[in-house]
Amino acid sequence: MKSLKQVLGGDPRQYTMLGALVALLLVFQFASGGRMLTSSNFQNLLAGNSYVLILAIGMVMVIVIGQIDLSVGSVAGLVGMVMALAAANWGVPWWVALLIGLATGVLIGCWDGFWVAQVGIPGFITTLAGLLMFRGIVIWISGSISVPVPDEFRTLGSGYLPEWGPGFTLMNNSTLVLGLAAIAWVVWSQLRKWSRLGKPGERPPLWPVVVRVVLISLVIAYLTWIFGSGRPGTSFPIPGLILVALIIIYTIITQRTVFGRHIYAVGGNRAAAALSGVNTKRVTFVVMANMSFLAAVAGILFVGRATSAGPADGTAWELDAIAAVFIGGAAVAGGVGTVTASIVGGLVMAVLNSGLALTGVGADRTAVIKGLVLLIAVAFDVYSKGSGGRVSLTSRLFPKREEKALQDSGAGGLASSATSAEGSSTPSSSS
Amino acid sequence: MPDAPYILEMRHITKDFPGVRALDGVTMTVRKADIHAICGENGAGKSTLMKVLSGVYPHGTYSGEIVYQGEEVAFKGIKSSERAGIVIIHQELALIPELSIRENIFLGNEVVSGGLIDWQRERELTLDLLARVGLELDPETQIKTLGVGQQQLVEIAKALSKDVKLLILDEPTSALNEDDSENLLKLMLGLKAKGITCLMISHKLNEIAAVSDAVTVIRDGKTVETYPVEAGSVDEDRIIRSMVGRSLENRYPDHVPTIGETILEVRDWRVEHPTIPGRLICKDSSFYVRRGEIVGFAGLMGAGRTELARSLFGHSYGQHLSGTVRLRGEEVSMTSPAAAIRAGLAYVPEDRKLLGLNLLDSIKVTTVAANLRAIVRRGLIDAGMEYEVAEGYRRSMRTKAPSVDVGVATLSGGNQQKVVLSKWMFPDPDVLILDEPTRGIDVGAKFEIYKLIQELSDEGKGVVVISSELPELLGMTHRIYTICEGRITGVVNTADTDQEQLMRMMTTTASAAV
Repeated sequence: MKSLKQVLGGDPRQYTMLGALVALLLVFQFASGGRMLTSSNFQNLLAGNSYVLILAIGMVMVIVIGQIDLSVGSVAGLVGMVMALAAANWGVPWWVALLIGLATGVLIGCWDGFWVAQVGIPGFITTLAGLLMFRGIVIWISGSISVPVPDEFRTLGSGYLPEWGPGFTLMNNSTLVLGLAAIAWVVWSQLRKWSRLGKPGERPPLWPVVVRVVLISLVIAYLTWIFGSGRPGTSFPIPGLILVALIIIYTIITQRTVFGRHIYAVGGNRAAAALSGVNTKRVTFVVMANMSFLAAVAGILFVGRATSAGPADGTAWELDAIAAVFIGGAAVAGGVGTVTASIVGGLVMAVLNSGLALTGVGADRTAVIKGLVLLIAVAFDVYSKGSGGRVSLTSRLFPKREEKALQDSGAGGLASSATSAEGSSTPSSSS
Repeated sequence: MPDAPYILEMRHITKDFPGVRALDGVTMTVRKADIHAICGENGAGKSTLMKVLSGVYPHGTYSGEIVYQGEEVAFKGIKSSERAGIVIIHQELALIPELSIRENIFLGNEVVSGGLIDWQRERELTLDLLARVGLELDPETQIKTLGVGQQQLVEIAKALSKDVKLLILDEPTSALNEDDSENLLKLMLGLKAKGITCLMISHKLNEIAAVSDAVTVIRDGKTVETYPVEAGSVDEDRIIRSMVGRSLENRYPDHVPTIGETILEVRDWRVEHPTIPGRLICKDSSFYVRRGEIVGFAGLMGAGRTELARSLFGHSYGQHLSGTVRLRGEEVSMTSPAAAIRAGLAYVPEDRKLLGLNLLDSIKVTTVAANLRAIVRRGLIDAGMEYEVAEGYRRSMRTKAPSVDVGVATLSGGNQQKVVLSKWMFPDPDVLILDEPTRGIDVGAKFEIYKLIQELSDEGKGVVVISSELPELLGMTHRIYTICEGRITGVVNTADTDQEQLMRMMTTTASAAV
């Protein structure tokens, strides 16, 4: 157990959902008679869910600051429609239409940000209004008719990387290069991290790092193979590539920049953040605006895949995105949640969708199962984190449990009860 | 007195939490109709012991036995201990602000007739209970409109409604001003006269000395001593000695200041209430702080000390109307906390949990939170530097924590305060405003905080200390300003004043130069 911890590095509980994802893949592989782990299924899975996963990236930031965005589906639909109409009616080139689409998303984001950050209306209300309004505008401007989009968008939504180079690799060489680059990065970053740990002379042992690198590399190699070895002309999908790029960019933003730190500060304790010099209004504004920008990206990828923009595009996407974030362990009260965990949460939902379809389960029962999975995943998270005496994560969903965890860990950490020993948290705060 | 009629005996109570033993064989006895004080540093295990007694930690989660009214008891939860007449009033009041006094008193024990709540009966009972605690209020008054002192009394009325025999009060006066505290202590004496036993956890030795019949001191989860005392003639030094395990001749460290030129000067600072236009919370306040000087601000609760400090700190409270601030001789305009931090000002708020800390964060993240720019390299936060900065402060301030990666929520009040102080030392401000820097902190940790404050002044910084404890201001500062109703009513050299003079200045509304 200890060596397992060393290999994983960090808190093993964060891998629970990743383990569940792998288990789901294996179960469906077995139940569907081997149709789960195939090139075409993986390619479809990624390309067909990239837009929801992109929404989850923005949604986790919104949820971390303690807000929610219910309008992302309508925004994605509106952006797709605006873009299609711009291309069809004004005859602008595809890339101008693309820019118009992105600009529409940013504008809508500024609208949301204005009401939430400046006026102080809760995101739930602002975006519920947005959900209604933007859906209405989609139907209004389209006249309830689907509008085809230029062919170039198809590449964005469902395209593949180019084929080139020698054939002896037995797979798409673009995918191969990507996979090799990813492995090289893993080796380099893990070794660099290790070399910076501890003081010179008393470094932690190297073997867990080596085992970890080998394991991750094997997983990447397998994924490279499965994405690259499909029928000729297919590869790692382009929307998947856009998704991966966004995951990397937003992970860096949230984990390594001052702005990212401020997002968590605002979500954890808004008043304390403000007194630490954080411009809480600006953080709220940017996070809300960014959500709509990502919704625009999602909408563009979707119409590319569908080859036309329809009046019902994006309906109920917000629910999938929100579910992904909470399966990924974010807290309703804010302050807790990561981009990568939300992506894993989204992938769990995607694999469920795909696996249940492959095993012949209808949409009705799929919806029931997805709902139960959301409930059970969060309940499991609450249970395992609450009973371990650790502070927060989804235990914040249940303040009572949280209080107990706080007290227990308070006494557990340093023989002091953090909650009871405070003279300062009594109702009077002014002197 | 082996034959004394004990209402409660706790024998060898041991309670473990993961990784630590919070109570280690605590034994104590309580006589009927006594006021029994329980003292100990924060983290000594007082609150845990009371939670064991009141069933918050049910029977089976601890070892040892509790004998109550001659019988061994095994409470399964708060409900079962309340049925036996044991009621605990927590330090953090458990009243619901949006509900009325009546609704709060009968919450969970509603008077029902025919399946519906009998309002009239509840109202009569509430009036009777309020009279017993000396409150003349309409039972339908919303809790949120009451002051903290009145809320405390409502809590006691609620306890009385449950036919309480043993009342446990956890730091009952920590949030009360002097008048309310005195009121509460009188009420406790009244309850005692009616045969109700009180167990009181308190840090305030003078209160213990005034009303207690017995004292139990707990340290590191063990009973140090438990003995009867005579109210009015309690040896406070003996309690302190057994609390900290050493003698504390001097509660304030010796210090010779090196006072330099004026570093902060505030002129005619005038601020309006954030929501009530026309109501001034700072009335033309002027003061100055010199390098190396520790300046005290004394005032009763609600006098406007915190409001003045927060409005100075980047207008983070109220509407700033007029007045100027000069830092290092130059006039500065600070319209946001970020600007104030850049200008070289720091404000350590009085309420750590509400305003000072993000309880989800680790020590590391908290330490750097007010000065993230300093650890950014090429646009990204440098994890190595972050660790080194936090670890450096942890060592130099002797914060008790296994590593800087642990959450601040797991620390004791004193250690949390050290982390908050390091957060505000890292931006290297010229002037620090410390609002109640030792509130909720035990005696030993207070001494360390005092030393830190003096070190800051030795570095040539100006330090403002806002405190409700006059002995602390007299022991720590060089000059003291008094505030009353938003107005600075005077300034004195600490060496030339005493508590009575300060109290007079804190309660005069007219501006009088001393």
